[in-house]
Amino acid sequence: MAELHLPRTLAPLFPDLPRRLEVDAPTVDGAIDELETRWPGLRDRLCEPGPAIRRHIHVYVDRERADLSTPLNAESRVDVIAAISGG
Amino acid sequence: MSRTLLLIGTRKGCFLAGSDEDRRSWELRGPFCEGWPVYHAIFEPESGTIFAAAASEWHGSVVWRSPDLGETWSHSSEGIAYDDDRKLSKVSNLAAAHGRVRVSVEAPGIFESRDGGETWSLLSTLAGQPGSESWDDPANQPPGHLGISALMDDPDDADRSWAIVQGIGLFETADGGATWTPRNRGLRADWPREHEEVGYCVHKVVRSPVDGDRMFQQNHVGMHRSDDAGGTWTEITEGLPTEFGFAAAVHPHDRDTFFVIPLDPGHGRTMPDGKAAVWRTQDAGSSWQRIDEGLPQQDAHLGVLREGMAVDTCDVPGFYFGTSTGQVFASADEGSSWAEIASYLPAISSVEVAIVD
Repeated sequence: MAELHLPRTLAPLFPDLPRRLEVDAPTVDGAIDELETRWPGLRDRLCEPGPAIRRHIHVYVDRERADLSTPLNAESRVDVIAAISGG
Repeated sequence: MSRTLLLIGTRKGCFLAGSDEDRRSWELRGPFCEGWPVYHAIFEPESGTIFAAAASEWHGSVVWRSPDLGETWSHSSEGIAYDDDRKLSKVSNLAAAHGRVRVSVEAPGIFESRDGGETWSLLSTLAGQPGSESWDDPANQPPGHLGISALMDDPDDADRSWAIVQGIGLFETADGGATWTPRNRGLRADWPREHEEVGYCVHKVVRSPVDGDRMFQQNHVGMHRSDDAGGTWTEITEGLPTEFGFAAAVHPHDRDTFFVIPLDPGHGRTMPDGKAAVWRTQDAGSSWQRIDEGLPQQDAHLGVLREGMAVDTCDVPGFYFGTSTGQVFASADEGSSWAEIASYLPAISSVEVAIVD
């Protein structure tokens, strides 16, 4: 199971969404699908039509910048970051 | 006993200010909507629901809703998306009437919900209108700042409504959004235009509740009045300190009384000379009075945006405006005198008012 870390800004938008959870998915896209199943509407908060990861959302898999097609394995650590756009 | 509720959309969430019937003492609550930038918040009286149009740089655009005056909130963007290459960067303006809620977006489009904001569908992009070739050009897509900045429903006719396209003009539909007609005749433009009926910079349009033919418009260049529901416009700028501004409000019981907040038209776009004032006409724009009682008259470089002013429906109506530096001013005497009721909010995008039980 990949270990998924979500941004602080996301958790309050969905009931009981934790900051850290485990997912069983082959890709980043698949991980977001799994989140969408459990928290409907969540995909739209991370992705825009295309589909693509939103401009100011950055995803890293094992510290490497990732996109939706980036593969995951059972040992992957996925960090989803709300980047820039502060202040 | 009924209460007066101000809905304040800010750069850092939605705030609510409540008062009893005298409208002198206010209790502030918020921020709501998780601190998202809220561009417009409204109260829909049939269901008692608050709707707030918000767009996060991180998480996109949603419409928040609260069925219990701010106690609980949920959000949805289901259906708020284009299925072509048009980019939807922001939800801007809300209107609720006839059992539906509409939200305008940029790039220009209108989405509608008929289930209380849970799901949305595209109503119109005003496709084919003169000027649409410009706003539908991908090269002009946001962040080019073109969008539908305002919606206005006809309370007596579900099929009739108006929409402002930024930098293009005012449009009316009489068939529920299927077709649209430009309503810009008589307006002024100080720049070249490609089409006869569009190319005008309409900032704000308000319509008299007691005479549906009477409208007032704050334009990028001038104040204007219509006596035929937008069919033709007559300029009424003379007597105002500047021709520029965003906010406007119409008296709920008098078709000739109307309020504006003139701003310097340059880059700053704040009240002239650092002295805060609201301007009122009581003769449909033939003459104007400067009102500053209770407003700061020194070093007050205040801006007020398009949806920044509101009026309630009381017998003696109250007027309200919020600034881009976070102050809210209220008048309980038809705009004759003002008091600052909030001082340190985030930058304010919108102020609306509702009378709730």
